[in-house]
Amino acid sequence: MKYMLLVYSAEEAWTEEERARCMADSTELCHELAAQGRFLGASPLHPVATATCVRVRNGNRLTTDGPFAETTEQLGGYYLVEAANLDEAIAIAGRIPAASKGTVEIRPVFELSGLPPKT
Amino acid sequence: MREFVGELYVRESRRVFATLVRLLGDFDLAEETMHEAFAAAIEQWQQYGLPANPRAWLVSTARFKAIDALRRRSRSEEMRDALVRRVDELSSINAERAAHDIEDDRLRLIFTCCHPALAPEAQIAMTLREVCGLTTEQIAVAFLTSPATIAQRIVRAKRKIREAKIPYEVPSLADFPNRLASVLSVVYLVFKEGYSASSGESLTRPDLSGEAIRLGRLIVELLPDPEAMGLLALMLLHESRRTARATPEGDFILLEDQDRSQWNQELIAEGRRLVERSLASRRFGTYTIQAAISAVHADAASTAETDWAQIVALYDVLLRSAPSPVVELNRAVAVAMRDELAAGLALIDGILRSGELSDYHLAHAARADLCRRLGRTGEARVAYERALTLAQQEPERRFLQKRLQELGNGCYGI
Repeated sequence: MKYMLLVYSAEEAWTEEERARCMADSTELCHELAAQGRFLGASPLHPVATATCVRVRNGNRLTTDGPFAETTEQLGGYYLVEAANLDEAIAIAGRIPAASKGTVEIRPVFELSGLPPKT
Repeated sequence: MREFVGELYVRESRRVFATLVRLLGDFDLAEETMHEAFAAAIEQWQQYGLPANPRAWLVSTARFKAIDALRRRSRSEEMRDALVRRVDELSSINAERAAHDIEDDRLRLIFTCCHPALAPEAQIAMTLREVCGLTTEQIAVAFLTSPATIAQRIVRAKRKIREAKIPYEVPSLADFPNRLASVLSVVYLVFKEGYSASSGESLTRPDLSGEAIRLGRLIVELLPDPEAMGLLALMLLHESRRTARATPEGDFILLEDQDRSQWNQELIAEGRRLVERSLASRRFGTYTIQAAISAVHADAASTAETDWAQIVALYDVLLRSAPSPVVELNRAVAVAMRDELAAGLALIDGILRSGELSDYHLAHAARADLCRRLGRTGEARVAYERALTLAQQEPERRFLQKRLQELGNGCYGI
């Protein structure tokens, strides 16, 4: 079953060195997951200062600067993994380097039929 | 035959249910088909006689009924065949299945109901419903809420188990300590809920403490873990004082004033044995230490004859593994008894000065009590009044008011 692991942490809580270390460790984790046949995708995201929000209301497209919501912890990255059950997903989430500073939200992926294959 | 099956239901239904949840992978289907199997048993055993292994018969029958139900419900042939195949694969059970496998199923059920991914109230509701077999109505009455609220909690929990795929498994070795802690905490919460119900506010609340003890006994039977033993011991020792600790009107009686001849010695003996077993393992934790403290009280014929030095020593151990201001407070009271009242009072004042527990009614009540005994009536009155503004439960408020009255009358000598 597929799970999306959303990684949240306070952006100011990281020094440059810690951030670089985190990226390196996360990359290593991705390789380990790939070796186990569990890796479907992952990436860090640019900080919320680079975020843009889009809403369409009454046929009008509204564009604004900033994240969806101002929060103390911000979405910093994601993993998409294959796991047999929630306990396995939890075990993976616990290995994510940012979990020691922030929070990983685990969401089971809803398998929608009729979607196109990956580009 | 109906009576026999009825008795069998009381004894075995939870075990059969646990196995069916594993085989069918679905709580609701397991419950439905289990009931159908018991109904079928009444008919068929009457006609064809008792099977060699009734439990296995029931599980097997329920499984067939599940396959039928799935066939009826499937909208496409493909889906139906897949479902049926899955149930067949999952449930290759034979009649001589070892007893310990079925014990594992009950353990699986407990761990699943207490999974940390479920909200704590949901864990409690699921455990009471699926493991203990209480009805939604009974659980609602016990927790002073509506059956609809409980039912919704359970529906949501089952949905989460299904959609997030919470596995129906006994946790791995690595996860075990945390997961067991989760289970024990649910059991203790249920027990404490039942414990406070004995204050006479409602005689119709189901015996939650009894359910918790039953759960505790089941867990120790399936998993002789030291902390599980410690928790069971703690519950048994608390329970042993049930009749002695409250008046018929629901006022509570302090430990020092209880009629110890009313303490249930059987429960005390069982509790003591469990404490000893757990301590001997050297892998004990906070439940065991709390139980040990309770056991020291249980050993004494009176407050004066209590081994307070032993109690203080145990609190010292408890503070090392689970430091908290409440434990410090309890230790201070024990120090007052071991050494002298002023020493205990000094410790309590230290805790209150640090700002901790300034809103905790029992801290002020403890201070008040020691001041009263030291003859410092004015201070005692202030502290009792502060405690009264903070106390929420009726029996406690009545007790504090009574103490205040006694101080006012000047009739309370030392």
